[in-house]
Amino acid sequence: MALNIFKYSSPASFYPLAGKMVPVFYGLAAVFTIVGLYISFFVAPTDATQGEAYRIIFIHVPAAWMSMFIYIVMAIWAGLGLVLNTRLSSMMAQALAPTGAMFTFVALITGAFWGKPTWGTWWEWDARMTSELILLFLYIGYMSLTAAIDDVRRADKAGAILAMVGGINVPIIYFSVKWWNTLHQGASVSLTSSPSMAKTMLLGMLIMAIAAWMYSIAVALSRVRLLMLEREKSSAWVQEILEQKS
Amino acid sequence: MNWGSWSNFIDMGGRGFYVWGSYFITLICIVFELGLLARQKRALWQRLTQLMKLNKQG
Repeated sequence: MALNIFKYSSPASFYPLAGKMVPVFYGLAAVFTIVGLYISFFVAPTDATQGEAYRIIFIHVPAAWMSMFIYIVMAIWAGLGLVLNTRLSSMMAQALAPTGAMFTFVALITGAFWGKPTWGTWWEWDARMTSELILLFLYIGYMSLTAAIDDVRRADKAGAILAMVGGINVPIIYFSVKWWNTLHQGASVSLTSSPSMAKTMLLGMLIMAIAAWMYSIAVALSRVRLLMLEREKSSAWVQEILEQKS
Repeated sequence: MNWGSWSNFIDMGGRGFYVWGSYFITLICIVFELGLLARQKRALWQRLTQLMKLNKQG
């Protein structure tokens, strides 16, 4: 049987599929978190220069990666919704925003908790930190804007423009440590050079990053299901589901 | 990595407050997000089923 992916671009058929996927991704997130935490605390060695404080990296870096990656995915979905006028795209964008904001907040807070013992300060207005803070404001701005406009289609359009314009901030965050002389250290992992950290440390970080991925997918799918029900509440497929439930 | 004892593990080489603080706040954030989502789900279902009943009554 050939899988027709276009079939799943309609809410009526995506809703039950997403419902089946949610528990799978929550399960995977739990498994990767347990393995990741085990490696982070019981396999990865003490850092030669930073002692044990570096163990914050296992949440800080995955959270920071997710904060940027979710933003890009959100902006692409929002843009697709704007250009192609596909219902589900805009819903996906809205479903991702709160999770992206949560990871941005986590990246900032864990950064502060890491900065204090290693740099002696909770916060510095350097390029990396400031641009990450702007990312948090972009998420909050996107959520407030889409929530403030009653007409769903107009809300989607306004949100999409904000999300896409704000997208310029993501490469700024990523390259800030290269472009400016920041207090924040350079990239620990890059595609062009071998990582500047012990293999087990890197492994712990990557597994925690996969866990963050799985969690994000589960939460976003779960949230997009609510958006589908809400937005299509008068359509036949939602009425059918409501009939079955009651 | 052998910590030797529980107190060493909690202490994190003197950085326990920062390390465990980070992990604790992250946990709170995740619990908060999931809690909010569960609440939204309940509220939506309630609203939609009520709406359906009202529609049936005409």
